[in-house]
Amino acid sequence: MTIDLPEAHSVHAPQLPPASEHDTELTEKTVFGFWLYLMSDCVLFASLFAVYAVLGRNYAGGPTGRDIFDLSYVLAETAILLLSSVAYGFVTLAAHDDRRRTALRWLALTFALGLAFVAMEAYEFHHLVGEGAGPSRSAFLSAYFALVGTHGLHVASGLVWMAVMAVQLARDGLSATVHRRMALLGLFWHFLDIIWIVVFTEVYLTGVL
Amino acid sequence: MADGRTQHLPGAAASLRHYLRGFVLSVLLTGAAFALVMTGALPRDPTILVIFALAAVQVLVHLVDFLHIDGSLEQRWNVYAALFALLVVGILVGGSVWILFNAQANMSHGMPMPPEAF
Repeated sequence: MTIDLPEAHSVHAPQLPPASEHDTELTEKTVFGFWLYLMSDCVLFASLFAVYAVLGRNYAGGPTGRDIFDLSYVLAETAILLLSSVAYGFVTLAAHDDRRRTALRWLALTFALGLAFVAMEAYEFHHLVGEGAGPSRSAFLSAYFALVGTHGLHVASGLVWMAVMAVQLARDGLSATVHRRMALLGLFWHFLDIIWIVVFTEVYLTGVL
Repeated sequence: MADGRTQHLPGAAASLRHYLRGFVLSVLLTGAAFALVMTGALPRDPTILVIFALAAVQVLVHLVDFLHIDGSLEQRWNVYAALFALLVVGILVGGSVWILFNAQANMSHGMPMPPEAF
């Protein structure tokens, strides 16, 4: 992977290497490439939002949004994900100031909040399936599980990425490569919070009306 | 940091002020949307309009304060890519909803005999 090149550079300059032309160009390209991935992910979510918009009121005689959504539960999930996003902001600030320990602590908090969000969602899904409101019950529930589940899978993969970054941060310190990867993780994590805004508005809030 | 290792990263423009402002605005906007629905202060249709408007504003707040999109020259291509994605998303969601709601409306109202007649 070309992303590993700067580390080979730093072998020749053990003390924090200043940014080379190569480093800067690589970072700009990597960030732009990751941004393009996020935009394509946006299109993936848009397809699922469109499916939900079209099928979301086809209950097939089964439960409606009003029957199964608990808004105070969703509000708690929303608060946890927002706090997690802000906590990652503090990771970025600490990394920027070269404070590795502080960055690791905020990263742990971000991870814990993200894990709490995924756990709440898993419990909600488990509860719904147990009540006979699983994805095969109606078109509404198929679209609901597909959309919210895809978001949850993204958050779960963000947690895996965070665990990997914590190891790299502890092992390699704030090298140019670790910096770059953490910046990409930040884009990903904040992006997922943006998707959630549309999820709670379109699915949960509109669903109970 | 002056050695330039981080100045080209997206977080380089980040500041505590941005994150705190983004957090406070998000709490207000999310809180307003949930409160509106939970109290039922407005009738159904205006409520839907208002909560989607609040969501749109909150997405902008997150883009500016958390993702640090500020329209600077270095971000030109990121912004172009985002605008193109927005166009695709608009066609995808708007088009799907438009076509399928038309189809549904025509299917249920265009039938020669109402289903009860059977």
